[in-house]
Amino acid sequence: MDKKVFIIGGHYGSGKTEVSLNLALENRAERTKVALIDLDIANPYFRSREKTEEFSKYGIDIFGNFFRDEVTLEIPALAANVRAPLEDPETVSIVDLGGDGSGAKVLVQFMRAIENRDFEFYCVINRNRPETDSPEKAISMISEIEAATGLKISGLVNNSHFLTETTADDIVAGAVFCREIEKRNGIPLRINCCPERLTDDFSAKLSGADRSVPILPIRMIMRDAWLDQILTL
Amino acid sequence: MTRKVLMKGNEAFGEAAIRAGCRFYVGYPITPQNELVEYMSRELPEHGGTFIQSESELATINIAYGIGVAGGDCLISSSSPGIALMQEGFSFACMAEVPIVILNVSRSGPGIGGIQPGQSDYFQMTRGGGNGDYRIPVFTPATMQEAVNTIYGSFEIANRYRNPVSIMVDGMMGQMMEPVVLPEAKAPLAEERIAAEKPWALVGRGTKPTRNVIKAYAPNTTILETQVLRLFKKYESMEAELPEAVLTDVEDAEMVFVAYGSAARIVAEVMTILKERGIRTGLIRPKTVWPFPNGAFDRLGERTKIVVSVELSMGQMIDDIERAVRGRYPVRLINRAGGIIPTSEEISRIAEEMIGAYR
Repeated sequence: MDKKVFIIGGHYGSGKTEVSLNLALENRAERTKVALIDLDIANPYFRSREKTEEFSKYGIDIFGNFFRDEVTLEIPALAANVRAPLEDPETVSIVDLGGDGSGAKVLVQFMRAIENRDFEFYCVINRNRPETDSPEKAISMISEIEAATGLKISGLVNNSHFLTETTADDIVAGAVFCREIEKRNGIPLRINCCPERLTDDFSAKLSGADRSVPILPIRMIMRDAWLDQILTL
Repeated sequence: MTRKVLMKGNEAFGEAAIRAGCRFYVGYPITPQNELVEYMSRELPEHGGTFIQSESELATINIAYGIGVAGGDCLISSSSPGIALMQEGFSFACMAEVPIVILNVSRSGPGIGGIQPGQSDYFQMTRGGGNGDYRIPVFTPATMQEAVNTIYGSFEIANRYRNPVSIMVDGMMGQMMEPVVLPEAKAPLAEERIAAEKPWALVGRGTKPTRNVIKAYAPNTTILETQVLRLFKKYESMEAELPEAVLTDVEDAEMVFVAYGSAARIVAEVMTILKERGIRTGLIRPKTVWPFPNGAFDRLGERTKIVVSVELSMGQMIDDIERAVRGRYPVRLINRAGGIIPTSEEISRIAEEMIGAYR
């Protein structure tokens, strides 16, 4: 991963924010200057900028909208300084977009800062989301994001999970699904996301070319443990 | 049953309604339920249904009244301040006995409040802000699967009682993702079947000797009182048939929590923490808050020393708990307001102090 700008788009609810935060942590292990740019102005909850304080402890700056009351109100605006990490050639920037084409559109205003950089534009795919559960639907989502941003998606990120119910087979099925998309539109599978607890199981199930696709171990950062308490129905 | 999918609460609520055969939705955008409005605008027409974005919440409830009167199965949704604007219409729909399914994805208040989750609509939903003697059942699911099942079943309940039915979930339930197994899709009620299934509906006189009349009006005191008494016979049946609660470990518990919705999920984590600290806890989780599951509290035994309501409000459910407990146990409150979700550690610490005083 020698690139300096990673743009993370995808269907809303595909897991862009968890992927972005984990990708930032992974990059921070190797680089000194890592920034996460939260461009999600569509979602009212579960935004990466809620983790600004926690991430500053890891040495990762989160940029986004820092109007004081922004978390409780809905102000679809961005602070002027979000451009700064994109303009600094030494900083690795992870750009967390809003969902779908409509959420990704905000990227257009930063095009001048991005176009001269060597960037990757990833599309996060969770095949368990009903609106991207067939290669046709996923490809249509990719086209929608490309049309809204004017940029081509350069790689797929397989993030086919069921939260705590995820099995290694679910992730394998997601990788197969992404390979099918790759076959049809030529966009390669670049990352397999896998819950930390399943990385060994998942690696053991891979064969051939799939073994060379990097695995990003996912630690749940946005989702508090109480949300996954099992209740008697 | 169909396969498991990962859905955002608001999307799953909409899909549950469509699969229940609902083909009418009326709504007006408000956070944190906007994804539901968007979902219905996109999906309902695909199923031959009608999506109406109304000009206001007052219009929403009154359009739904019209759809219900004509025999349509209609879902309306909003969030706290939007629900407040509909209250007059709820009263009218009860008086005229119009089935409507109402979903409140609640946020914090009062006033415009905030977009973060809240449970401070308990009074609004269980007591209501409309005028007159009326009641509306309130379901309070705590998981996505339960919410889907509840919405799926709510149209039948609304039609059975000829009354609005409401589902109250907090903003977190609307915004979070969770795996769900969606129920089988039911066929919607065909227009030509309405007269047979809902003989009261206004579908045109046809060959009938008299025409149906539905009105939220009684011309004199005797007729009005007769209608109110008739409604209350129906509400009595609801009180006998609808209350539901899930009880976890209550028999042996020295401290019994009462919590619904997201608060119940936090309490589940609190119970694990307190168990490790040697405190035996139980949970009464109301799945309906009107009618309130009073009978659940008769299951508490001699070992119980204290009942604790955990709420994302200033303690609105506590009145109903006191009534159900009838002085048998002290009732206390652990809460946060303003859209703040207490951590399980915060609740555990307060609970530990509370039980200390009764041991």
